[in-house]
Amino acid sequence: MILTRRARLLLLLATVAALSFIYVPLIVVVVNSFNASKVFTWPPTGWTFEWWSDAAQNQSVRSAIVTSIKAGLGATTIAIMLGTLIAFAVSRYKWFGRESISFVVILPIALPGIITGIALNSAFRTVLTPLGIGFGLFTVILGHATFCIVVVFNNVVARLRRTGVSLEEASSDLGASGFQTFRLVTFPLIRSALIAGALLAFALSFDEIVVTTFTSGPGTETLPQWIFNNLFRPNQGPIINVVAAALLIAFIIPVYLAQRLSEGQRAPRT
Amino acid sequence: MRWLADAFHRTPSVGRPATARLSKWKGDVRAMTMTAASLDPTPAPPAPRTSSGRSGFFYRHPRLRLTALLAAPMLWLVVLYLGSLTVLLVSAFWSVNSFTGALIKVPTLNNFHTLVTEPVYRTVALRTLGIAIAVTIIDLTIALPIAFYAAKVVRTRRVRFALIIAITMPLWAGYLVKGFALQTIFINNGVLDWVLEPLGLKGPGFGIPATILSLAYLWLPFMILPIYAGFERIHDSVLEASADLGAQAGRTFRSIVLPLVWPSVVAGTIFTFSLTLGDYIMVKIVGGPSQMFANIIYDNVGVANNLPFAAAAAFFPISVIVIYLLLVRRTGALNDL
Repeated sequence: MILTRRARLLLLLATVAALSFIYVPLIVVVVNSFNASKVFTWPPTGWTFEWWSDAAQNQSVRSAIVTSIKAGLGATTIAIMLGTLIAFAVSRYKWFGRESISFVVILPIALPGIITGIALNSAFRTVLTPLGIGFGLFTVILGHATFCIVVVFNNVVARLRRTGVSLEEASSDLGASGFQTFRLVTFPLIRSALIAGALLAFALSFDEIVVTTFTSGPGTETLPQWIFNNLFRPNQGPIINVVAAALLIAFIIPVYLAQRLSEGQRAPRT
Repeated sequence: MRWLADAFHRTPSVGRPATARLSKWKGDVRAMTMTAASLDPTPAPPAPRTSSGRSGFFYRHPRLRLTALLAAPMLWLVVLYLGSLTVLLVSAFWSVNSFTGALIKVPTLNNFHTLVTEPVYRTVALRTLGIAIAVTIIDLTIALPIAFYAAKVVRTRRVRFALIIAITMPLWAGYLVKGFALQTIFINNGVLDWVLEPLGLKGPGFGIPATILSLAYLWLPFMILPIYAGFERIHDSVLEASADLGAQAGRTFRSIVLPLVWPSVVAGTIFTFSLTLGDYIMVKIVGGPSQMFANIIYDNVGVANNLPFAAAAAFFPISVIVIYLLLVRRTGALNDL
């Protein structure tokens, strides 16, 4: 479309305004983590690294991070297995209910988290508790895996649709067994889609708070739960601020990688 | 295709030339070449039957293979997830013994009756819908220009990639990290007050306006990304044709771009609507004493321990979302989610 100079300029201004709307609060968090004042003051009155070293030594933060990583790894592992299986079933076979399964896969993320949360909460209470499995890390992993399946599924199914079956057929024509074909042909084809899906699933799980609230038990506190529980305690302010700033910085890397990988998926190198 | 494989294996001399030929291919075919090469060292390839271990069995029984693929995911999604969802919705018709807290599994419409007749629930429901609409409008106003700029105005691939990264990054920055950030913005004597002070103004403080702005902030990437994808799908030649036929930029946008991008816009509004209806945390952080509808669900599960009432309340966001999905299905927005 041929745009006038003025239209271009206006669009550029709107873009800059939108980006600053997005980034100003995040920058405030990073800057404020060095604020010397113990209670929130803006602009900062002085600068210190004290809160960063305090946060690094804080036991409850550390154990919350460990819990979150465990939950994320568990949920991602389950999501990779189940998401890939459904992706293969949907893209390689025709069967009754094939159209509805993609709807069911999306449902846990399309419905508000609180509904998934209370549904799983009451299901776990009636099924797992009599078996002696209480609420804890295990139930958190079950809950997270339910909504992580969709991101792995989406990534893998898009890749499988695009690559088709001709390479796999060629492989078995050349005498490879089913397992060899998977290891040497199919897996290399879907590997980057799997990594992208796994990164996003981990990020999704690491950040989740609502389903977590309803599936975790006493003694299990993920990092988002820790932040939420301390959000209303004024003297914990500086440490929350450091945790938030650290998370912001730590998240740049996996997001960049996932984006790069799915970018490569859209525009294959030729 | 199996006969072809058999024929191939009966002529051992074909092995090497085929690999050589294949290795000339580039890109995706590289994986294939690897397969061929790895099979190559066997001078006389084994008879095809040796490859029929478990995989050969599954190869001959595609139905069984499908069952093996689907068993675990189906058990998880259909039995665990849909099952517990169904039980939840059914429990909306149960009640709780107010003395012992035990579930009474006798069908009743009392929960729904209370929800409809008590004015407080109606007020909160309408307020939540209003907030959802306001959030959607704010996000649309911000998302349309930036998505259009990224998809159609930026010419270099690298700048576009950087812009998309810049938009996606906050999506993964963490809900509570952003919640905390917004708290520092809207708090009394916070960043917003500091910015507005020279103008002689004051920020809105904690309350409904802060909640609306915060939710709009949180869901913004969910609006930008589908709209960006929609703009990107519009081929430049369509826009050029419109210009060749004499349309000004404004006319082209109204008559060509907007109808084509509409399904993506609707997809974005599904996100902002559904996410706003289910949110109860942001209003606790920046909403002051105000409540949204999901707080009713939350409080009845936790504090009041009245799961049937919470389940009945859950019917409101679910039905709003389902009705909205049915209304917009014709636009084709669901494929853009």
